[in-house]
Parts: sequence; structure tokens; C-alpha cells
Amino acid sequence: MSNVVDLGGASGAGMAWRAAAAINSGMCETVLCVLANTREAEMPRSPNRNPIREFDTPFGASGANASYAMIAQAHMHAYGTTSEQLATGVVAQRKNAQRNPNAIFHGKHLTVKDVLDSPMVTSPLRLLEIVMPCAGGAAFIVTSTKRARMLQQPLVEIAGAGEKVTHRAISGAPSLTSGPLKPSIANAYKQAGVGAKDIDLLSFYDCYSIMLPVTAEDAGFCKPGEGGRWLTEHDFSPEGDLPMNTHGGQLSCGQADLAGGMSHIIEAVRQLRGNTPDRQIANAEHALVTGNGATLSEAVALVLRGKGSK
Amino acid sequence: MSQKTLTKPGPHPTRVSQPFWDATSQGQLIVQRCQDCERSVFYPRQRCPYCWSAKLEWHEASGRGVIASFIGVYKPGHPAFIDDAPYIVALVDLEEGPRMLSNVINRSPDEPLIGQTVEVVFEAQGNVTLPKFRTVKEGSL
Repeated sequence: MSNVVDLGGASGAGMAWRAAAAINSGMCETVLCVLANTREAEMPRSPNRNPIREFDTPFGASGANASYAMIAQAHMHAYGTTSEQLATGVVAQRKNAQRNPNAIFHGKHLTVKDVLDSPMVTSPLRLLEIVMPCAGGAAFIVTSTKRARMLQQPLVEIAGAGEKVTHRAISGAPSLTSGPLKPSIANAYKQAGVGAKDIDLLSFYDCYSIMLPVTAEDAGFCKPGEGGRWLTEHDFSPEGDLPMNTHGGQLSCGQADLAGGMSHIIEAVRQLRGNTPDRQIANAEHALVTGNGATLSEAVALVLRGKGSK
Repeated sequence: MSQKTLTKPGPHPTRVSQPFWDATSQGQLIVQRCQDCERSVFYPRQRCPYCWSAKLEWHEASGRGVIASFIGVYKPGHPAFIDDAPYIVALVDLEEGPRMLSNVINRSPDEPLIGQTVEVVFEAQGNVTLPKFRTVKEGSL
């Protein structure tokens, strides 16, 4: 659990009850709350307090592309993952997007060759393996279970959650082929009392093609290194053996900044309620939602539980 | 083109990091080493990230390392780098231990470079000197 609280002068008190809430919900056992200041004339770190700005940007490595391409290259080198395999995952999601009229690439079909023929942006990642920024928004409401049962929509619960932050600049990443998603997902599974075999929808944060196999490995859908092949061995459609990003993922919906990641929650809730007539997964009970930020340095996993009908 | 008048973003050294940039301007690569746990530390810190000791001292690094991963930047995020594209950005594991992000200046991004040995070279960029790397054959130094 990692939380920046900025409520001005009320921050310290705000941290206290948030820490208690995190402990009571089972997210952690102990919380360190820190507020500090320095009166030194010079800031001890870069003016924006970010090592990336001082030690990455001057080398032409600005933006997330650099970090995720480093991960893709390392995964290919370590495990033999190929661009064709990564493109297969992109195409599977684009196929799903054809059943989501709100996807920005709805009506635009894609082949593996299209992906491989798209311009290299940051090798080994090509244009169609990278999310496209777009405008948009997303929102959801969280309420008590008691209140939710009084409402018309079927209940969807947060059955488990996990969160982990490991580094800042990519040079500080503990691993280049696995991320903080792994412990986050493990914690979410543990809280929910489920495992990979119980998941009916894989709602995986897909800022880049490489995140599909890396997340599948970190979530235990295949062994480390097998994610590339895994992409070619499953049917990720709503009727398939492993429905994944049935809304098309961000690679097909576009990334409306932070709202892009929220789309994975929205789709999961809709699937678990049975609210997606054009792409409904039969009897979906559990969805695994992931989110990862910055340089694959911060991650959150949720297991959402609906009623299902199993 | 207007982009040619753009300046590449340089580092903004701080009290903690200034010795690093002073050294590169003299053609030296230095990293901090913790006097308590004896691990080398990069990027520059006030405290050791492994044992929290404040006893960090600067030492000259060998300048040799191994490429842990790399990318070819074809579409730079910052427009001042457009004329350089495609260029290689690499994560280099220094002999002393820390991993450093830099450029590899003598190779093409479509070559397999992970695991290759590199040595530091210094290049001026604006009013600072950046430590960059070139690949060397094993044992050629």
C-alpha cells in the first residue's frame, strides 16, 4: 500500500484514518505515515524530485516508451519472446473491440502483419503495440455492501486487492521481466481466496503489448517466460477459454490518460453484472483487474467478485 | 527546422549530485560507495538505499559494464533528439554493481547487444559532459 495524501494542513490527520482503513481492510498490518520538510537552500534532489529527470532524460530516454521497450527487449532476450507473439495479443484485443462501439478503433480491423508493418517507435516496440492517447473519462461509485444490496444493479464486490511500489527510474527496477504486479496479484488472490484458475475475465492493464505476457506470467496463467507462447495458445474472446480485455483494452479503446486504466475496472464490473449484451461472458464470477504505472514501478491488482451463476 | 534550435534537456545538478557531474567534465566516472555495507550506489543519494547509512563516499568506477537491456529510439519523446534518431539507450550494469541508463554510441539498434561488454566514453551536451558507452571486445582493454 502506497498513498500520497495531500490535504494541505489536514494531511497528517488525513493519513491517520487512511492508515487505519488500510489496516482494517487487510491491505497491510502496519503503516508508516511520513511528512517532512527541509530548510536547506538547495533541494537535495532534482527540482522536481525525480531521478528520471536528471539521469534518464538527458540521454534521450524520456517517457514510458523507453522503460517498457527495455522490458520487452529483456523478455525477448531471456525467453525468446517474439514480436509476432506480441502482435497476436494486440490483434486478439482488436477483435474484441469490434464488439465495443465505444472503442476508438471500433470498425478498424487489424492483422498481425499490420502490427509488424507499423513504424518502429522505440524498438522492439512498434506503433500499434503502444497505446494511443485520446480524450475521455471514466468513473465508478463505491458504496457499502448493505447499501449496494438495496440498489437495482447486481452486487459486485472488491474481493481482494494488492498494491506494491518498487522503484522510480527503470535503472532501479528489481527485475526487467517481472514487476510489482506479481506480489500485488498474489495479495489480491489471497484476500479473495482464489487463484488464476478461478478468474473468468482477465482485465489486464495494456499500455504496451509486452504487458499482456508479463501480466499473465505475474498472475500465474503461465510460467515465467511462457507469456509469448501463451498469447498464441488461447482464445481471448468473450466465448473463449480465457476472456481478456473484452472491451478491447486500452490498445483498442485509446488511453484517456488515467481514465484509460479505469476502463479495466468498468469493463470488469459490467461483465460481472451481466451488463454487456454484445460481448457477455457466460456466468462470469471473478475478474482480475490490474494497473501499472510509471516505469512498471507501481502496481495494483483487484479481484472483483460478482454473483455469477456457477 | 525549428527543432534544430531546441536544446537537449540537461541535468540540473544538486548539492548531492554535483560531484558526479564535476567528475564527468574531467573525464571521470565516479559512483558513491557505502562505507558501512560496502555496496556501490547510483544515482547519487544522501543515504545508502540498502542500509540507510549516511557514510557515502565517491570512488572512481572502472568505466566498464555489461548491457542488461537496450532500446532503439526511432521517435524521441523530446523533439531535440529527433536528428539523432535512431539512437540506442541502454541499461548498463557497472562492474561496481549499480545499473546506469545511458547511450551506446557505436552500434546499431537492430543488433543483439544484451550481455555485451561496454566502456565509458564522455560526450559534451550543452554545458555538461554525459557518460556514454561503447562496446568493446572482451579482454581488449
